[in-house]
Amino acid sequence: MEGILKLTTQNVEYVAKLARLEVTNQEKEKFTAQLNDILLYIDKLNELDTTGVAPMSHAIAVTNAFREDKVAESLGTQRALANAPDARGEFFRVPKVID
Amino acid sequence: MEFETVIGLEVHAQMLTDTKIFCNCSTKFGGTPNSHACPVCLGMPGVLPVLNKKVVEYGMKMALATNCTINPSNSFARKNYFYPDLPKGYQISQFAYPLAEHGYILLEINGEQKKIGITRIHMEEDAGKLMHDENNPVSYVDLNRTGVPLIEIVSEPDMRSPEEAADYLKRLHEILVYLEICDGNMEEGSFRCDANVSIRPKGQKEFGTRAELKNMNSFRNVQRALEYEVKRQQYLVENGQKIVQETRLWDDAQGVTNPMRSKEEAHDYRYFPDPDLVPVMVDETWIARIREELPELPLVKRERFVKDYQIPAYDAGVLTADKALALYYEDVVKLCGKPKQVSNWVMGDVLRFLNEEKRDIRQCPISAKSLADMITLIEEGAISGKMAKDVIDDMYKTGKPPQDIIKEKGLVQITDEGELIKTISAIIEASPNQLKDYRGGKEKLFGFFVGQVMKATQGKANPQLVNDLLKKMLAG
Repeated sequence: MEGILKLTTQNVEYVAKLARLEVTNQEKEKFTAQLNDILLYIDKLNELDTTGVAPMSHAIAVTNAFREDKVAESLGTQRALANAPDARGEFFRVPKVID
Repeated sequence: MEFETVIGLEVHAQMLTDTKIFCNCSTKFGGTPNSHACPVCLGMPGVLPVLNKKVVEYGMKMALATNCTINPSNSFARKNYFYPDLPKGYQISQFAYPLAEHGYILLEINGEQKKIGITRIHMEEDAGKLMHDENNPVSYVDLNRTGVPLIEIVSEPDMRSPEEAADYLKRLHEILVYLEICDGNMEEGSFRCDANVSIRPKGQKEFGTRAELKNMNSFRNVQRALEYEVKRQQYLVENGQKIVQETRLWDDAQGVTNPMRSKEEAHDYRYFPDPDLVPVMVDETWIARIREELPELPLVKRERFVKDYQIPAYDAGVLTADKALALYYEDVVKLCGKPKQVSNWVMGDVLRFLNEEKRDIRQCPISAKSLADMITLIEEGAISGKMAKDVIDDMYKTGKPPQDIIKEKGLVQITDEGELIKTISAIIEASPNQLKDYRGGKEKLFGFFVGQVMKATQGKANPQLVNDLLKKMLAG
């Protein structure tokens, strides 16, 4: 259709890579079609004239939710590491990364 | 070809709060690894980050101190990337709606003021710390620093030399420390700087291709890294090679910059509004309250010192470089007046003692009262300036007031005219040749007689009185 953003399987591959997701060729086709359906649906919003309407970033009308600067207890090293797939001593252990 | 250097700086300053930006964990440096972590820091599902109000207020202080406009509505976004120091898979930062924009600070360059633009100031969370194993293909992660509050201060590409960049950094650092919102410790990473640098033929409007420099942890290293990078880029251009846009790391030991091993794919952070954190609305009342809390800033203080105390700009610069030092100076002047004398003693002796022991003024054993008393004693003629040099030395070593030291050392100045006349007569009698030469026109010998008197009195004679008496008595 005219004017609608159309996703390609390359777009899906790129997004999957950024999200560290492995997808099969079959899934790629499927997700491309599904995502395009979603975009088509969302595109209905373009029928409205939104000139002069500020973009909305949040679904609720709450602002200024603050916390006072008071220290509370943390988990402690042992509990912080409890769910880690790998740890050693007081540290999480991960495959080597170098910047 | 003549080149012009173009530099812009990004500074990350750690906010001096007790707790992290989005949870109640402590921000203390150097705790047991992973002991300051909670489900929010660990990026557990279902947690709710809640903004620390103090971070907003500290950020507002910096925004006002750097003449920025505070955005009445600003909000947080997620910056998405995978790295083990970032357990959530995204960093919470501000992107489209930063806390503040369009500011500037003033530099003094060769006696002239130059404006350096501030593009924006935004709040964000720090990441954890990684340590790489030397022998095994693993890294260790400490998440204590995760979620520690930072503000990022981005400058316009307004600096034209590495010296200007270093100067800008020092001024920025000074403001942060004056505001008491950052401890400014570069070694512990509370104040970090990345630099964007490019060169262009003089007169050209368009910017050249820039390199981003990282890993410089002192003012001096920032300047050195920039100087090296400017030379490197000039060499490339002069030899017909292309400058590549890349991130380069400063190697302090070798004194060079090297390209950072780049991650596989280009960065695509896919920023989007963080639904967990609601917008921050700042109204005029809030801004007015923060503005009222601002202390006198370094530049204003400097100008006031020159005007009110009639001291040279250089003195004012040294004395106001540290807020606590400026306070000390003013305390002393309040007690004894004599602003220039006070400045001389503070910049000369007090700072020298402190620098030798790498202490700062807060740890100075000489109280403002003691220093003021000492200066008053000189003014009253109780001790000479020369004697004071010894006295202040002992004041620093012992922390005792000058009166005690003078008494202990028997350093009281001789101001008794009769006693001095006796001493001088004896000296004149014992030096007939010098007397003859002096009276014959060798006026330089006056110094010889002064020396003899001082020797005889162990330096305790009041110098002014000695001068007056000698002049009279030598004339015959």
